[in-house]
This record gives sequence, C-alpha cells and structure tokens, in this order.
Amino acid sequence: MQAIAEKIKAKALELLENGTVNRVLGWEDGEMPYDRTPAVFTKDELAELKYDHFCGANLSKYLIAETKKDGKVLALLKPCDTYSFNQLIKEHRINRDNVYVLGIPCRGKVDVRKLRARGIEGILSIEDDGTTITVHTLYGDETCPREEALLERCLCCKGKEHKAFDEVIADDKPYVEPGHDRFEMVDKLQAMSSEERFAFWQGELSKCIRCNACRNVCPACSCLSCVFDNANSGVSSKANVDPFEEQMFHIVRAYHVAGRCTDCGECSRVCPQGIPLHLLNRKFIKDVDTFYGEYQPGEDTDSRGPLTNFTKGDVEPSIVYGGDK
Amino acid sequence: MQAVTENKTFTPKIVAFCCNWCSYAGADLAGTSRLSYPANVKIIRVPCSCRVNPLFILRAFQRGADGVILCGCHPGDCHYSTGNYYARRRMTLLFSMLDYLGIERERTRVEWVSAAEGNKFAATMNDFVQTITALGENVKLGDLRCKQ
Amino acid sequence: MFKLSMDRIQELLSSLGTVLAPVESAGQVNFGVWSADATLRLDALHTVKSPKDAFFPQTEELARFKLEGKNISVGVPEIKDEPFVLFGVRACDARSFDILDRVFLSDPVDVGYATRRNLGTVVTLACSRPGETCFCQTFGIDPSEPAGDVSTWIDGGFLYWKPVTEKGEKLTETVKALFEETDDSAVEAAKANIRAILDRLPLKDLSLEGWGGDVLMEKFSDEKWEEISSACLGCGTCTFVCPTCQCYDIRDFDTGNGVQRYRCWDSCMYKDFTMMAHGTPRPTQLQRFRQRFMHKLVYFPSNNEGMFSCVGCGRCVAKCPVSSHIVKVIKTFGEGNK
Repeated sequence: MQAIAEKIKAKALELLENGTVNRVLGWEDGEMPYDRTPAVFTKDELAELKYDHFCGANLSKYLIAETKKDGKVLALLKPCDTYSFNQLIKEHRINRDNVYVLGIPCRGKVDVRKLRARGIEGILSIEDDGTTITVHTLYGDETCPREEALLERCLCCKGKEHKAFDEVIADDKPYVEPGHDRFEMVDKLQAMSSEERFAFWQGELSKCIRCNACRNVCPACSCLSCVFDNANSGVSSKANVDPFEEQMFHIVRAYHVAGRCTDCGECSRVCPQGIPLHLLNRKFIKDVDTFYGEYQPGEDTDSRGPLTNFTKGDVEPSIVYGGDK
Repeated sequence: MQAVTENKTFTPKIVAFCCNWCSYAGADLAGTSRLSYPANVKIIRVPCSCRVNPLFILRAFQRGADGVILCGCHPGDCHYSTGNYYARRRMTLLFSMLDYLGIERERTRVEWVSAAEGNKFAATMNDFVQTITALGENVKLGDLRCKQ
Repeated sequence: MFKLSMDRIQELLSSLGTVLAPVESAGQVNFGVWSADATLRLDALHTVKSPKDAFFPQTEELARFKLEGKNISVGVPEIKDEPFVLFGVRACDARSFDILDRVFLSDPVDVGYATRRNLGTVVTLACSRPGETCFCQTFGIDPSEPAGDVSTWIDGGFLYWKPVTEKGEKLTETVKALFEETDDSAVEAAKANIRAILDRLPLKDLSLEGWGGDVLMEKFSDEKWEEISSACLGCGTCTFVCPTCQCYDIRDFDTGNGVQRYRCWDSCMYKDFTMMAHGTPRPTQLQRFRQRFMHKLVYFPSNNEGMFSCVGCGRCVAKCPVSSHIVKVIKTFGEGNK
C-alpha cells in the first residue's frame, strides 16, 4: 500500500505542477493509528496526504462543496466511490468541469470497530501484511485474519473497475475480492417470521440516538434541507421521543435513497450504535432487482433510476402479500 | 394484540387516500348509488395517487390508523397519464419494506378504482375493513403520544 | 474497604433496588436498567452513550396541553420518585456529573435534574484497562481512584467496594451483609497496575496550555478553524455520546388531540441549533464546529472558575465518523503539544 500511496502523491504533484488542478481532496492522518480525516491539500501540504487500509471514507460527497469553489480539484476516488460520484453527477450535484478524478486502487478497507468487537483494546499501532492484521496494543499483540476485519462493503466489493475517472493508477499487485453475497442477511431476515423480524428491528432501531450521521455522510442524501430538519414538516423531533420515530426516520431515510443508493455502506460504517443500516438499503436494492430488473445506481450518469421509471406491466403492490416468505 | 383481536367491538380506523379523478369519484358514485361501506373509512382526497408520499402513509399510522389504503385510476387511465405507474412502484417498495420490518403487510393496500366503479369501491372498503378488524389494533407502527 | 466475589455480583445488584448499569443490547453496551436476564458488561470501558441519561434524559416530557371546550388543561407529568443506583460509572463520567451540576443546579435549578440527582447513588468503577482514546488525566482525573458515592475496583475475581460519601455509606449499610471486610492492599496493587498503564497511554501528555477562559477573542478569530472544520459532517454523534454536552431544545408535538411539550438533547452541530425568528446565529458549519469546542475549552471555563467542560472520556475520538474530534482541536490550537 505504501508504494501506491507514493505513486498517488507523485501523480498529484505532477497534476498540481502542470496546472491541471490547484488542490487535492484526499485523506490525512489523525491522532489514532486508524484515524483518517478527509482533507483538501495544497501543493505545500501534500506530504500530509495519506492513503492506506483505513481510508474508508467516501470522498465523493465532499465534491458537492469542493466543485463550487474556484479552480479544479483533484479527487482521489476508490472504485466504489466512483459509483457515488456518478450518481451525484446524474443528479447535477457535482460540477464535473471542476474536478479531475484520479481512480486509485483499493484492496479493501479495515474497520477498526470489527477489531474492537473482537475484544482488542488499547490499540497503539496496526500492521497489515495483506492476509493478517497485527495490532499492537497496551495489553500485548493481537492478530486477526484480514478478511474478518474488512468493512462490510468490502466483503461484498463491487469490483476493481472505476466507473468514472480522468486517469487511473493501476494496482501493482493482484487482489481478490472476498466476494460475499450482499443479500445473505436480507434473505436470512426474510426467512424469519414477521414477529422475529419485528423483534430484530426493534432491537436495532431502539439504539438509534438520532445523531443523523447516517444521513449526513450519505452521498445520496444531498438535499440542502432535510424533511427531518424542517420544523414545519411535523416530523422533525430531533430525538426519538416515541419508538415510532425510530421506524419512521429509518424507513424514510432508506426510502429516500432507494434506487439511488450505490450500497457504499457509509451509513453503517459511521453509525455510533452499530445499527446495520445497510440492511435497509439492501432490501430496497433487492426488491428493485427482483421486481424491475437488476439495476446498479452509479454505473452510468444517464440511465433512469427505478423509481423515476416504470413499465406498463410492473408488478402490483399485492405481490408483497404473496404468502409467508 | 390477541385480546384486542378477540374483542368483537373493535372498530378499526381506516385511512383511504383517493385520487381526485377516479377513486374519489368512485366513492362518490358508491354514495349516490346508496351502496354502503363502513363509516370508519376516512377518505383523504389527493390530486393523483402519485401525490402520496411514503411519509403520508407512515403519518396515518402514527396518528392512529389501523389500516391505510391507496386508491387511484387503473394503470393506463391516469388523468396525468403516468402518475399511478410511479405510485405503483413506490407503494410496492414501501409495503415490502414495512413487511421486512415485521409490520403486518395486510395493513396496507393499493386498489385501482375508476369513477364508474362505485360497486368496487364499496366492496373494496368492506373487504379491507374486515381484514383489518380481524387483524386487530395497530400496535407496531403507532405513536403512543397520539393515543393518550 | 469491603470485598465480594464477582460470582455473587448478581446477588449484590439485585439487593440494590433499581440499578442502571452497563448492559449489552443488540451488540452495543449502554447504561440500562439491570435485571437478572440482562447481559452485564462491566468489562466494557465505555458505554456508547454516557450515563448522563440517568439525570438528564435524551427526551423528557415537560407538559401536556389539551383543549376541552373553551378551556385548555395543562398537565405536568410527575417526576419518578424512586431511588436508583447508577452502577459501574467510570471516573471520567463521574466527573461529568460535577460539570452538569454546575449547569443544572445553579439558579434557576432544573427540577427534574435535581430530583434525579438526589435519588441517584453513583457507584463508580476503576478502569483496569484504559484505552488508547482515553485522556482523562489531562483534566486531572484519576481512573484508578474514581470519585462518586461509592468507588469500586474489580481485581482478581473480587469486587472491592469503598463508600466515599454519606449517600454511599447509606447504600453500603443496605448491602453490608453480602460483603466481607478487607484491607487496602489488593486495591493498592490494582491502582499501581492501572497507573503503570496510564503512563503508556498515547494521549497521556496532552496539554491544555493555551486554552481557558481568557483566550476568547484570540481563539475565536483563529484562521485554523476553517481547515479543521472542513471535514465535519454536521452530525450529532460527538454531542450525543458526550458526557458533558448539556444543550437542549424544547419542542411541541401536536398529538392530534393536544400538544405534548418535551425537552430533548440538541446538538450545536445541527443547522437548526438555537434557531430563532430571524434565523440561525451560526449559518456555517465552521461556526457551529467552533461553538462546540469554544464552549468546552473557553466559554465554560470562563464562567466556571477554569473548569473545562470535557472529561477526556474519548468517546468522540472513537466515534467521530471523520475523526475531527476534540483531541485534534486541542492539539491544533494548543501551545503545549508541539
């Protein structure tokens, strides 16, 4: 990964020097060995640019604000980030003329919370040799098979191909995606009785603290003002005063991105209470695929999304009553 | 829940969103034809079935509805040509999501009712009210504050 | 000093009356009502939310209005009058109550908070395994000797129990039969172990030099805020997991047959924070971001004899989706961390 980071820096420097761009959107190192903060770098600050297995944050949403500024920005996008990028282009949220996309390779990003869930505490430094994660802690060294520490989205990687780019830096080593089935848990839930499903979601959603991190990080949630922030909408409570509001907020959040959600998994990555929000999005994705034909938002910039489209022979809503699943 | 279901006096609250051009006229025809349907069906007139935002449905449940039904023009007959096609996709996905969250899928329904189908309107409402009465009170998707 | 075998912890908790303790639900540890079926997680260093909920709940009904004919009836819900024990509070969270007391117990006293504070007995627990995100020492907190009404330590399969305040003594009286008396030697050894770990924490030298009540204008107009706030998503994670954040909003909910007035936590990171008729006083995320840290590190000490409104629990350090947390702010501006 170190070699790739150097390549990226060299390319960024070249583009800055030849005047193609005037700044770079990337990640900077933080206080902790796993902290990476999205940041914009000028030529002088470029040394602080970091790219490694913790750069999970999807940078495409920052381009909404960045491409409104003067000059061209260099965006470092991983393959999965380019889906969100395309979707934002389609929705006219990003000014394509003001961004130069450098496609950068990715071998899966590590989720520090998965390490913590294994009981690993007091993390001082983390090493990744491609198959095993070694964590040096206050209480001794711990290891974890790399695949077990990857972000959920990376287990179901959409592939190495960048769907939007001006230039791509190729990976110098082969990487095989874990290739998990992203609908496995959705299927499992569907196989449960409705009472079991209700109990599962009550348990998960009742943890919600309404911090709005899932909404604010989501590249598909790009409304200037959300219905849940509008005091006149009758639904902006700022808190889950009643359990109903947990359900309403999460149904509407997931619904609003249905047909536009690229399954980037940022919502689940940032949830402080570890609510598997991607399972709501994936339910919509699965339904869209089943009822209206497979559709991957962000694969292109001009197709009509499934909810802004129809066919005369679409299934009727009564398909939902089709016996116990 | 069980106790409520067994309670024979339970009268559900039903909200019916009806499009202005077909279903609302169908309800009107049911009335002028003196066809009876339960009085606990509260009709909300909307310009088109596709005006119904998923939040409307959820809000109806929040405020104490036990069942919500959406009626619009038959596919192909929308006053605005295509509105009901969009509504059909939206409701399919919403109902499927409610089911996924463990909420009884029978509580929501879509029915296409034309202006000439007074009979169908009354029959649909009778059937829906029966279904919901059998299902009992909506406890999974209500807001306790609205019940006090 | 008393001790009790950890095998009998359930016996102890069930003798304490209503107990709020770190319990696991759907994979996350938060303070919740303990029962014999609950999964007690005293090993969890931090709960996701802090225990401040017990005194300052995230939502609280204040009043209920109902229109009856031409009259409006006003109902005020009663505050639960039941003593409870807050068990397993860490040293940092125990300090946060002192900070919240300054806000809610100063004139005009917040009745709900004061009532719950009186009813609650805080049993703290020493941190035998501090984490990399901990920096409570920066605020002079000693996690090996936590404050509270009763201090406890878990070591070698035993719970060591030391009443600290009068309230703590009273609670101890009710469960004394379960304990056996012991000397301080085991606890002293445990403390020494903890202190040895504290010396190795990556943030142990974090300094607050350059912060405090007297640097208002200098810090407020610093240009660095722009850069450091640029990544902020404007979510409320840091605020809602924070043990010392105390801002709230009061809202009305139309129930269809009346109005419920409730109070809920608010976040200065939200764009409708302190929204007034003319709009919001902080229209940009930079201003909102600055507000949060200026409040903790400048405004609060300015009004409270230098007391910072942060306890170094590290929850925001662990939870901020983009790692724009208070440690980064302290280091970016502070003079003592070069």
